Amino acid sequence: MTLLTILFDGVAYGMLLFVLACGLAVTLGLMNFVNLAHGAFAMTGGYVCAVLVNRSGLPFFAALPIAFLVSAAVGALLERTLYRHLYARSHLDQVLFTIGLVFMSVTATDYFMGSSQTFIKLPDYLQGQIDIFGLGVGRYRLMIIVICGLLTIALQMILSKTRFGSRLRAAVDDPRAASGLGINVPQVFALTFAFGCGLAGMGGALGAEILGLDPYFPLKFMIYFLIVVTVGGSSSITGPFLASLLLGIGDVAGKYYVPKLGAFVIYTMMIVILIWRPNGLFGRTNAR
Amino acid sequence: MTVSETLRSQVGTFAVARGRWHWPEAVFWGLAVACVFLFPNRYLILTEIAWLALFALSLDLILGYAGIVSLGHAAFFGFGGYAAGLLALHHIVDEPVLALIVAGLAAMALGFVTSFLVMRGSDLTRLMVTLGIALLLRELANRFSNITGGSDGLQGIEMAPILGTWSFDIFGKVGFIYCLCVLFVLFLLARRIVHSPFGLSLRAIRNNPLRASAIGIPVNRRLIAIYTIAAFFAGVAGALSTQTTALASLDGFAFDRSADLMLVLIIGGTGYLYGGLIGAVIFKLLQELFSTLTPQYWQFWIGLVLVVIVLIGRERMHRWALYLPNLVMRRFGAKAPIVLPEGDAT
Repeated sequence: MTLLTILFDGVAYGMLLFVLACGLAVTLGLMNFVNLAHGAFAMTGGYVCAVLVNRSGLPFFAALPIAFLVSAAVGALLERTLYRHLYARSHLDQVLFTIGLVFMSVTATDYFMGSSQTFIKLPDYLQGQIDIFGLGVGRYRLMIIVICGLLTIALQMILSKTRFGSRLRAAVDDPRAASGLGINVPQVFALTFAFGCGLAGMGGALGAEILGLDPYFPLKFMIYFLIVVTVGGSSSITGPFLASLLLGIGDVAGKYYVPKLGAFVIYTMMIVILIWRPNGLFGRTNAR
Repeated sequence: MTVSETLRSQVGTFAVARGRWHWPEAVFWGLAVACVFLFPNRYLILTEIAWLALFALSLDLILGYAGIVSLGHAAFFGFGGYAAGLLALHHIVDEPVLALIVAGLAAMALGFVTSFLVMRGSDLTRLMVTLGIALLLRELANRFSNITGGSDGLQGIEMAPILGTWSFDIFGKVGFIYCLCVLFVLFLLARRIVHSPFGLSLRAIRNNPLRASAIGIPVNRRLIAIYTIAAFFAGVAGALSTQTTALASLDGFAFDRSADLMLVLIIGGTGYLYGGLIGAVIFKLLQELFSTLTPQYWQFWIGLVLVVIVLIGRERMHRWALYLPNLVMRRFGAKAPIVLPEGDAT
């Protein structure tokens, strides 16, 4: 394994984390809502995709958008029925509530899908490696980089060019002033929340191959999502993006060079960064 | 000058009045002691309740009294547990009470070192850092399996008799009495702490750190102090769990443990010392109930309880719970209704 391969795998991993976590970054920045249950939506997407591909025989690429839609629908439903009652509550309440959701989703998935790892049957053309400039590159990881890269660009375009994007940015900057200007902040938030959940669902489906998919997914990756958000800051999309890449590369390199320490590397990295800059590496303003 | 003098004496009288022993407390501890005779077949779960109560008491000190939201309080529990296990396994300190204190002090040292990390940043950063520290320790314990036994945990721990006199029996009676005594002693300590001027200053910090520092309370120093003390309590709780089960495992550091602990405290109510104790009893009973109903999926119901409690609102729930006692109290001609202490962490 060369340095380049590590870098490549790390970038693929990081981009995946970004797609998984960017919804969380926006919800945290917009409503100051600590949502520890974000991984549950990712898991939903992963299992939807697995069921569609493995049992119904749908092509992988057709199942991805469905995973997105189902997760987004579940997110929208929960946002409208449960989450919105908690925006004004203390962080402690939000943490407790979302931990409760995580526990429920973990055991419910265990009940319905079994506790073992689930694999999504991949089409043949996504397996194996191809050579690019003499570098052995996993096809699946290459696809992840392409898809996630396109998604990131699309997100950036939506945020910076569309009317909805500017409304969203205004609402993140100052929700009170934004609603004073006639922006329907709760609506913007509900849409963003559902979209973020959808992205997470798609990330879960894409990541099943690399991250693994089992009922404990929300617990295992909660810390990763939180690292992305806290290190990246929640005021823009570039921060979480860079943080995801850093985390992905750091994790892959750490596991390769010092396998004995395992996940130790990234936890240490996170703590050091948070001590050094409590509001995140790329945070513009202090967290509210 | 006179105004401030009377004010000071009033605050003093108030604090002293609150710190006085009341008869319901005697009833509570009387009941706890009665458990030794009432449930001779249930010592194992009673023991678990006792150390869980101590653990919850520890979280209450930082969450309920100082307003620090921690997602990784299991770090100290696991650390204390491993410390006690290693001390007994390698016969460094054989006597359980002494080992308990050493394990508690080890956790305390860890608490002191990590408290500086926790003091930085906002609520969210705190959540992350506490969670990160617990995960980090778990990872370390998992990797250095030559010391900790890895995922198998520390096995083959044999406990020497307590104070050289009482040895642990297989029914767990001695273990339970031992846990109860430790719980009571540390409860007295916690009670002394929260009713002292130091405890009052913590409550001021919880309610408004900025104002607290404006009236001259050294906010960070006080928070570091209480965090360190709470770590000691949690370490002792972990050590108790290791000593009574003769096992220390990675579970000690698990996120589930910190999360369950929050539920324990939330059920009982934050910001008063009996919250953790009552919560531990209710939580264990609920857990028993759920795991007899659906053995593998009891955690689902625990999650549901959390969600429902938050949706109902913790304060409203505690008002309902106190409705009946208040009704009884009024029958007996009590003037003031029982109310829970004001506010908690925000």
